[in-house]
Amino acid sequence: MRKLVLLFKPGQPTHRLLSWGDLVVLVIIAVLIYSGVRLAFRTPSVIEGPQISLAPTALPWYAVLSVGRVFAAYGLSLLFTFLYGSAAARNRRAEQILLPLLDVLQSVPILSFLPVVLLSFSAILPARAAAELASIVLIFTSQVWNLTFAWYQALKTIPTELCEVSTAFGFTRWMRFRVLELPFAALSLIWNSMMSWAGGWFFLMAAETFTVGERDFRLPGLGAYIQEAVAQADPHALAWGIGALIAVIVLFDQLLWRPLLAWADRFKMEMVTGERPPRSWFYEALRSSRLVRWLGEHWWRPGSAWTRLRLGRSSCRLRRQGVQSRRSLAGEGAQSRRSLGRIVWGLFGVGLAYGAYRAGEMLLRVSAEQWGMIVLGLGATLVRVSVALGMALAWTIPAGVFIGMNPRWAAYLQPLVQIAASVPATAFFPIVALFFLEVPGGLNIAAIVLMLMGTQWYLLFNVIAGAAAIPQDLKYTTVLLHLGRWERWRTLILPALFPYIITGAITASGGAWNASIVAEYIEFGDRTVYTLGVGAVIARATTSGDYPLLLAATLSMVVTVVLINRFFWRRLYRLAEEHYRFE
Amino acid sequence: MPLLELRHVTQVYGTPPRQFTAIEDINLTISEGEFVVLVGPSGCGKSTLLRIITGLQRPTSGEVLYRGAPLTGVNPHATIVFQTFALFPWLTVQENVEVALKARGVPPRLCAQRAIELLDRVGLDGFENAYPRELSGGMRQKVGFARAMAVEPELLCLDEPFSALDVLSAEALRGELLELWTRGQIPTRAILMVTHNIEEAVFMADRIVVMEKNPGRVLADLRIELPHPRSRKARGFLETADRVYALLAGQTQPEPIELGAALSEPGRPRTLPDISLNKLASLLEHLAEMPQARADLYRLPEELAISSDALLSLTDAAELLGFVTVAHGDIELTPLGLAFAEASIQARKEIFSSRIRRLPLFSWLLEMLWAAENHQVPRAVVLEALESKFHREEAERQLEIAVTWGRYAELIAYDDSTQTISLDPTGISALVQSELAKALQK
Repeated sequence: MRKLVLLFKPGQPTHRLLSWGDLVVLVIIAVLIYSGVRLAFRTPSVIEGPQISLAPTALPWYAVLSVGRVFAAYGLSLLFTFLYGSAAARNRRAEQILLPLLDVLQSVPILSFLPVVLLSFSAILPARAAAELASIVLIFTSQVWNLTFAWYQALKTIPTELCEVSTAFGFTRWMRFRVLELPFAALSLIWNSMMSWAGGWFFLMAAETFTVGERDFRLPGLGAYIQEAVAQADPHALAWGIGALIAVIVLFDQLLWRPLLAWADRFKMEMVTGERPPRSWFYEALRSSRLVRWLGEHWWRPGSAWTRLRLGRSSCRLRRQGVQSRRSLAGEGAQSRRSLGRIVWGLFGVGLAYGAYRAGEMLLRVSAEQWGMIVLGLGATLVRVSVALGMALAWTIPAGVFIGMNPRWAAYLQPLVQIAASVPATAFFPIVALFFLEVPGGLNIAAIVLMLMGTQWYLLFNVIAGAAAIPQDLKYTTVLLHLGRWERWRTLILPALFPYIITGAITASGGAWNASIVAEYIEFGDRTVYTLGVGAVIARATTSGDYPLLLAATLSMVVTVVLINRFFWRRLYRLAEEHYRFE
Repeated sequence: MPLLELRHVTQVYGTPPRQFTAIEDINLTISEGEFVVLVGPSGCGKSTLLRIITGLQRPTSGEVLYRGAPLTGVNPHATIVFQTFALFPWLTVQENVEVALKARGVPPRLCAQRAIELLDRVGLDGFENAYPRELSGGMRQKVGFARAMAVEPELLCLDEPFSALDVLSAEALRGELLELWTRGQIPTRAILMVTHNIEEAVFMADRIVVMEKNPGRVLADLRIELPHPRSRKARGFLETADRVYALLAGQTQPEPIELGAALSEPGRPRTLPDISLNKLASLLEHLAEMPQARADLYRLPEELAISSDALLSLTDAAELLGFVTVAHGDIELTPLGLAFAEASIQARKEIFSSRIRRLPLFSWLLEMLWAAENHQVPRAVVLEALESKFHREEAERQLEIAVTWGRYAELIAYDDSTQTISLDPTGISALVQSELAKALQK
């Protein structure tokens, strides 16, 4: 059971709360947003959207398009992960910059970048290509950080003796990666990939349905289909669209992630056989399939033997060049490499300082009134996020404890909750909005409901896992001590759940902040509704082309969320790890 | 020409103000045909030495010569068998052996064949496709041996290879290794083993190199001439074991030397040994039942069912507290130790409390707490002060031991949630009393 918790666990490094590295990172982000906003000045003011067909026969094609985008971004994420994570884990100097950067980036509300990314891309590329690329970049930025973090942490926690064995037996770089690092990280990478895919769908749905004023950035795909169905008030098409989306997610869960997990069980570091190894019907079917075995024997094995021979030969040659010469080479190269490094860092620093100066200049153009609006908006959004989180906690804790304490229920419901958690709430935004807009104060309620939809599953999932992990003898003890119901909650259940609740809540609050961008400002064909909130400020600044305000609002949101993470969640997380974790 | 030679090898960790010497000026030669065993207390740097010899780690200074040539990088003619087996859990037994061959560029077909042969030789035929987690500890270590032998090392290094195994498996595996070695069935030219088990060393070694800690240095180099197979009950065996114990346990020194320098003075303070207080009591009780309250150290591990390493730490602690004296491999209870062994729980605490107050680390800590506001000090402050004398890990360990001892003696309390160390109320009154007594004497 314990392993399941890994799924939605954000990586939390244990360095100090704020360091100078964080400041550099925030400046880098500010400069990035500023550059995006500069580019945005050149965006065409009218962009034609695509025609979305509501015929159910179009759905497979839309599904392929949507999946293709997530795949492209995921491939990019893996590549980035292996390069960035390895660099951070191997080079002490690089680690000092790369790690805080990673940490800030993973807590930034990515969706707040959507307008900037879209606008800047459409300034340099044709509108369609820009929207495609922006969606991939956005999905990439939502998927990559936890993967990179997982890879980095795996590299850092490989047992010393396994590293020493690899060195003592003279493994090549490639062998080390294949035999040691990749298998060691496999489980964590797969769990994090599942989480990344869920995140990817969330942002894809938002990216596919993004329109700002006269600019229609929608992309043909499942998200756009659902939105169009709502806009045209076509319940049949709506049912088809949602059905297709859920079908795609269930298929991926059953045909890709479950089999991968069942297969990856061998990569557990534990030296004992687990009680309940993960299983997958599809994996069992593949394993017993004759066709697959035939393919393996006739194609896969000779193929891999051939590549191994190739790689083996080149690695042998490398080794023969000798241990002796390697050191002297390193000595000569180090000097020139160091001075080159200094020049590169120097240029980087100068560029950064200039960018920061220009960004500061642009921020000065934001009026005090607008700053006031941003602060007010931040407050309003914060209240909304807290309310959504509170509501989610109020129902998920009792429900989760009930499910988690009944193993039979847990066995059936847990996979369902996992799937529910990966169905993107953004896909339902148009429906919910349509429903609540008729009610007075509707958008406020709608925004909270939307946030709740995006966040509650993470919490429920973690609570179930936490409740299931409470040791049986402690439960017996509370019964033997004749503790009352409230006493039992106070002494056992709540403390035991605490780390799980915190872990879930960190992810949930991140999701809620993200949702605010699309939840506080909604356009339906010719209708525009918005409410007080920083998400609405960002969306409106984009529409009206007030780019300094866009920069200021996006940056403020990033800083706020990072600060909340550092000073609130991080502390709670540490408390949970140190005092409430069963060893 | 010796197979391996170490010249003035020193390993220092940390940077100048807070430096810590793990091993100092080690000179050692290993010749072909020798089975050398390094023994020493934990923390004497024997594992570090093993890593330096195999080239996994470069010493701070000194030279490592292999067949007369200085060693650069990992020694391709040496390999290590690890205490924790260090098998890849995701590879089968056969793949675990093959991977060592593959790394040497052996063609795949030959790899499989050689791996099966080797597994056969260590008696694991039939388990080729098992995963390590399906095997018992002893079988896992056999895979470790097979993998090490796969690369036909000239120098086989063993890092406490039997200490993670149960008694019977360890004994069986020792016998099998000795058989392979003495019959010349493996191409290995020399074996270097690290252990903290003294019986094991005497059982297997041609030479025992005894090391001491703080800093790690070679204390003695003994040649063991007993013929194989050796019997643990034979007189020669027992005499040798007695000698090694005598070397390692040393001799109880007069109190000022035994206690070491005060923390405020220059010089190395005495470290508190990491022991279980329950086992200390058991040792003293056991000795109290012996005729004349004395015993041969080498007999005690079996009688008390503890490792020789743990026994040496316990002896060290008991000496430090003045409960026993050690000389020539014999341990003897002092009158104070006898009183402790026969005392009630509360009286034991009082004796213990009065004894640890004499230790420099405690007198310094108590003084600091006494002077502090509310008699409490944050843990971090104490730790930082200790770091001027010990390297970081050791400082943390020392503080942890001090807190455990202090809690047992009811002198010190520690609040984990606020991370503060404070004087226990009982401790305060005890301190007041002793201050009063001192004043009265004057």
